Amino acid sequence: MIKSSTANTVPMQLRRILVKNSYLLALLLLIIAVLINYLLQPNFFLPGVLNGNLQTYLPLLLLAVGQAIIIVGGGIDLSIGSIVSLTNVIVVHALGNQSSPSQIALAIVLGLLAGLLAGAFNGFCVAYLRFQPIITTFATSFVFLGLAEWVMPSPGGTVPADLANLYTSNPLGISFMIWVIAIVLILWGILRSTRFGPYLYAVGGRPMSAYQTGVPVSFVRLSSYALGGLMAGMAGLALALTTGSGDPLIGSPMTLDSITAVVLGGTRLSGGQGGILGSILGVLILGVIRSIISFANVPTWWQTLVNGIIVILALAGPGLVSLIRRQRA
Amino acid sequence: MKRFKLSPALIALLLAIALFILGGIIRPGFASYGLAMNILRLASFLGIVAAGQTLVIMGGGEGIDLSVGANITLGAILVYNITDGQDARVLPALLVALVVGAIIGMINGLGITFLRVPALVMTLGMTGVVQGLILVVTQGKVSGASAPIMSRLMSEPLLFGIPGVVLVWVILGLIVWFVLERTRYGKHLFAIGVNRTTAKLSGVRVSATLVLTYTLSGMLAVIGGFVLLSYTQNVFLNLGASYTLPSVAAVVVGGTLLAGGQGSYQGTMAGALVLTLLTSLLTTMQLPDSARQIIYGVVLLLLLSVYGRQRRLRS
Repeated sequence: MIKSSTANTVPMQLRRILVKNSYLLALLLLIIAVLINYLLQPNFFLPGVLNGNLQTYLPLLLLAVGQAIIIVGGGIDLSIGSIVSLTNVIVVHALGNQSSPSQIALAIVLGLLAGLLAGAFNGFCVAYLRFQPIITTFATSFVFLGLAEWVMPSPGGTVPADLANLYTSNPLGISFMIWVIAIVLILWGILRSTRFGPYLYAVGGRPMSAYQTGVPVSFVRLSSYALGGLMAGMAGLALALTTGSGDPLIGSPMTLDSITAVVLGGTRLSGGQGGILGSILGVLILGVIRSIISFANVPTWWQTLVNGIIVILALAGPGLVSLIRRQRA
Repeated sequence: MKRFKLSPALIALLLAIALFILGGIIRPGFASYGLAMNILRLASFLGIVAAGQTLVIMGGGEGIDLSVGANITLGAILVYNITDGQDARVLPALLVALVVGAIIGMINGLGITFLRVPALVMTLGMTGVVQGLILVVTQGKVSGASAPIMSRLMSEPLLFGIPGVVLVWVILGLIVWFVLERTRYGKHLFAIGVNRTTAKLSGVRVSATLVLTYTLSGMLAVIGGFVLLSYTQNVFLNLGASYTLPSVAAVVVGGTLLAGGQGSYQGTMAGALVLTLLTSLLTTMQLPDSARQIIYGVVLLLLLSVYGRQRRLRS
């Protein structure tokens, strides 16, 4: 036994690194996917192409960050896509046809506030009323979707060109996308260094012990949902900038993608582990897979199937490796 | 003071009756025999699909099957395509669809038990695969036809004005009740739902039981697609999507805990009735779509507040 444990030190260390940095596997997967994409699409690394891709991924990326915060805190949010729709139509509706700076600021604040409040409502139901997260957020998804359809029954509206141009701009020579991702990561780093960081992981991992050691469990859980809602608001705003209009149905399909991205990024649905870096990588993986399929000349009708199978394999990959290891042991 | 403890299944049933009476008050004619049969028929589509969902959720371990909607659509499309309007081909078509549904369910189960992919994500991923499969099979346009015998046996009145599908649902209810209460599989499923480790230690074949459960869920979803097709007589690529989350909601409203190990299919049946009544009621009130969505969500939240709550940390 002693002998085998010394022989295993290197793999053991490797495993410890992998457990601690759950995003490493996702990083590996992303590198492989990017290489394949590069082989199929030689201009993949041109700044314009890269930037264009990032612009498509950004809304889901922001949303997955929100979902990741909620999942780390031990919850899940099936209404997050409806919150995106709601904030998206609120921003566009509040803009009207005006492009005065004060109107733009008002629209952005209203949109983000709506996201924050919607998330906080979810959090209140889950944390203080102790409803089951999956079914609660399923129920509220109808409420938020209904509100979105009430604000704007059918797609429409316009976004002032000044505001939409921001999305494709390059402040200080660096793409707006990179700025957003960097700011999100920095804010997350700051958040983790405060007391809230360890609290969030404690509440998600062991709510009972967290409660017994004096962590304000309900408040932390509510905050995680509110933050998730805020990020959904950012995603709704980003969508308004890219599409240039509002759509009450735009967000719903993004809910499930956001969960897939979080899991691909190495965050477990049981909570208390993982983080947003992996989730960002998860979104990039999903995007690159789609790009590979469209450049690999897969027949149109087969694309969804191939995409689905690759996503399943990527999700099952870690389990497959450990199954083989268990069989050998 | 002693508190009355009504079983969740009974609460849901009382609620369904209350909604029915409310419907009769709001809109005369809502509580007629014919409309009641129609609501039962609509509820049976959801109820049949939710049977599989009930089993999966009872098995615990965060079990859930989000691929049912896609399975319904695939089942309906396969039957539609193979039957092609001929009565004689209905049975073979149903068999093929059942086998496909079983395979999809089995892959779900294998991924969840052996590869340890969380059920939520595995079945979600499977939804993508099944949707892809549907596109490959149909190439975007569905050809075929529903057979006359299907609507005659399933959706038109068969006995005392009761549509066949309702009878199928009742029989299914009896079967599921028997399986859960009287067979070894049922006892094992409850045991796994309560505590996976102790179940394993007392000799229950946990993985095999769970794989079987997901397989059954896949097959029941296909049956749901079959009866739905006999009603709509037409298929489209999103036929089943709107049944996925309501099937989970029906299970929860029926008092089965999402944590597993507790609950009943009778409860789910009542839950399916409640949800269908709610939808019909909101439709007959001719509210705009947005108001309907909001009310549906709020009522679901209120239902949760009655018995969907989790334990207090302090106790």
